[in-house]
Amino acid sequence: MTQTDPSETFRQEAQDVLEQLEQSLLDLGASLDDLDLIDSAFRALHTIKGSGAMFGFTEVAEFVHEFETAFDRVRKGDTAPSDALVSVSLDAKDHIALLIAEPAAHAAAGTPILTRLRVIVGTDTPETQLAKSDDPITTTLETDARPHHNGWTIRFKLPKDALSLGANPALLLDELRELGACTVRANVDDIPTLETLDPEVCFMSWDVTLHGDCTRSAVEEVFLFVQEGMELEIAPLVTTVKDLDVEENIETAEVIDEKFNLPSKKVDTPNLPARGSSSLRVAAERLDELLDHVGELVIAQARLSQISEDSRDSSLMGVTEEIERLSAGLRDITMGIRMVPIGTLFNRFRRLVHDLSSELGKNIEFATSGEQTELDKTVIESLADPLVHIIRNAIDHGLENPEDRIAAGKQEQGTVRLAAAHEGAEVAISVSDDGAGLNVDRIRQKAEETGLITSESLITDSELNRLIFHPGFSTAKEITSVSGRGVGMDVVSRTMDALRGRIDVSSRPNNGTTVTLRLPLTLAIIDGMLVRVGCNRYSIPLSAVEECVELPAEVAENARGRNFLSIRGELVPFLRLRELFGTKEPEELHQKVVIVSTGEQRMGLVVDQILGNTQTVIKSLSRLHANIETFAGATIMGDGAVALILDVVQLMRSAQHLENRLRDEKKGQAA
Amino acid sequence: MTRTVTEMDDTPAAEVMRALTLELGDEIFAIEATSVREIQDIVPVTEVPNAQAFVSGLINVRGRVVPLADLRVKFGMERRAPNADTRIVVFEITLENEPVIVGILADRVHTVTDIALSMVEQPPNVGMRWRPEFVRGIAKHDEKFIIIPNLGAIFSSTLTQPKELETEVRN
Repeated sequence: MTQTDPSETFRQEAQDVLEQLEQSLLDLGASLDDLDLIDSAFRALHTIKGSGAMFGFTEVAEFVHEFETAFDRVRKGDTAPSDALVSVSLDAKDHIALLIAEPAAHAAAGTPILTRLRVIVGTDTPETQLAKSDDPITTTLETDARPHHNGWTIRFKLPKDALSLGANPALLLDELRELGACTVRANVDDIPTLETLDPEVCFMSWDVTLHGDCTRSAVEEVFLFVQEGMELEIAPLVTTVKDLDVEENIETAEVIDEKFNLPSKKVDTPNLPARGSSSLRVAAERLDELLDHVGELVIAQARLSQISEDSRDSSLMGVTEEIERLSAGLRDITMGIRMVPIGTLFNRFRRLVHDLSSELGKNIEFATSGEQTELDKTVIESLADPLVHIIRNAIDHGLENPEDRIAAGKQEQGTVRLAAAHEGAEVAISVSDDGAGLNVDRIRQKAEETGLITSESLITDSELNRLIFHPGFSTAKEITSVSGRGVGMDVVSRTMDALRGRIDVSSRPNNGTTVTLRLPLTLAIIDGMLVRVGCNRYSIPLSAVEECVELPAEVAENARGRNFLSIRGELVPFLRLRELFGTKEPEELHQKVVIVSTGEQRMGLVVDQILGNTQTVIKSLSRLHANIETFAGATIMGDGAVALILDVVQLMRSAQHLENRLRDEKKGQAA
Repeated sequence: MTRTVTEMDDTPAAEVMRALTLELGDEIFAIEATSVREIQDIVPVTEVPNAQAFVSGLINVRGRVVPLADLRVKFGMERRAPNADTRIVVFEITLENEPVIVGILADRVHTVTDIALSMVEQPPNVGMRWRPEFVRGIAKHDEKFIIIPNLGAIFSSTLTQPKELETEVRN
């Protein structure tokens, strides 16, 4: 295993926990009396505090401590949860993120947040909560909250690797001491002789007698971060006898165990809801590496297949087939690992909508659908920024003020809907609002003012709508802190270009606007159809291929004028790749047409020969060829030669250009 | 270009340049040996339609798709079909702050040699057939003139070349 910096591990984990905290807080904002959410927020805070202290982030631990205390009070029913609490906690969450990034630089900024918190929770001294007794309001947590007045005897032994992972028994003991007076006895029986002693392994165990007014779960929470693999026994303290073998008188503890579904009083690996199912954190670069290797394997396997076919050796062919199957499986798994449901991204926007709605005084419902739609992780990451801009735009420009909405006969509450869905070989992500819709006249006016179009320009509404993605274009009368500078939509447009995606805008007056981002399922390995044009071979993504037909002789001869094919009564335009690529070799007598589709549009690609299907490992083209848009990349074929991968979406556009050019040329010839 | 030569003058530690010399047309070129990754025999070249003539092909270098460039295009020499002596020199350059692996064609690869920087002269601004920014210097070595091309400038010019111009070049 590679050595990782423990504080880096903390940062990564803390980021997850903070996200989880934010979700809980936002949910809590919607249903204030949900005790599970309060619990979940408390657990997240506790995790951050505990692991923060463990990894030396004392500023974080100190800051979080009061929030943890506050939420502890809330879950015990001492303080009622309120919107103000949620709001200050959200600020605190942001502050914690800053603290973790740069503890020293931001520590001071926490004080006003804590002051606000104290006002809300009604504590000026943060430590009071421990002395408070239980409160009968909380029914579900009553058992848990009931203190055991005598105290507890605790015996714990850390997992062997705990020390090397950064656990510090002294800190755990300190935390126990915070709960009440402790008598600590270290048990050194298990320490081996010096010859066999591994200094990084923890051989000691501790017996702690805790005299204090605290709950069993409070004790358990001390061990929250080291629980996996540790031995922990917690028994109620009976009178003053420090007998650790008292096992009969633990009725209460067992009741609690049942309630919390813990295996028994001896806790090995308790099922903590926060941890979820077993998963592994892997650096993204390693996945990239893995994918590279799988790519190489697929190429090598294709070569092997070809050799074995040529050899006609049946035993070699058998093995080759098996390797083919295995590598295909490996490929699918590797691709699957990189696929992440887009819901992880959607969740981030809930906060954005929450903040914007209070900032702008608009009542907004944020609805999402299609969270399960999976996309390559890198694609999802790069979508975050564009979506922020689109959502901001929808809220600031799209949705009207509550008064205007009521005047327009609409519900006061506006809706912003974020949806994702698979559409053919693409993923469509749309942001819709039920606002006023785009003001086409205003866009036209602005476009004319800035010289983008002339007043004579014949331009359709949808083309006009697309102008909002032009750099520097903004119809906002005034620049707010949210939008109006005309920068955001430009970011969207650029990101989509980089991802080879497309943007569609549709808008109906008074009914709202929908911005749809369509992205290719940019996978590093795809199934491709190999075709030949002249002496070059090209790969067409199979997902885009609908069917293959022969180019009818009469269409082929009836040369350049009519580039349409009738496919079952429907006219489909076609593009001669020979013309586009300037192929000089004589053309095949019977040319084939590959019908491709981009979901909404169909097009035929005329090729010389269809060679068959191959697994295509996409290698991106270098910068030197980045400006050639007709290719999505290149791949290496079984015989070691390079084949270019056609970019179907771009070809559709090129077809348009080519048609225009041919038309112009013809005009020129006629003249 | 001037800057590059100055840089070379300013570093007395590197008094020699370890260079790979290769032949293109009637000229001998020298490229920095440290950037060279390998020298290959000619392999099947995949033509990239609508690409600039300078980088019109792609080759497979150990499972990597690498653009193949032909310096002859940038130095106004006639292109010729590969023969038994033709080699592909694969090396790394930095384009827009990112390393890019490229291959260039060579009619013949000579040797690795040390060129004394004192023998490197700035290209004359007049009377040269080539665009001066493409030449870092001209060295006299073993009684022959060796062109030290400015590969960074040559490859970068490909990035900035507008598309319309590209078509002109091709036609």
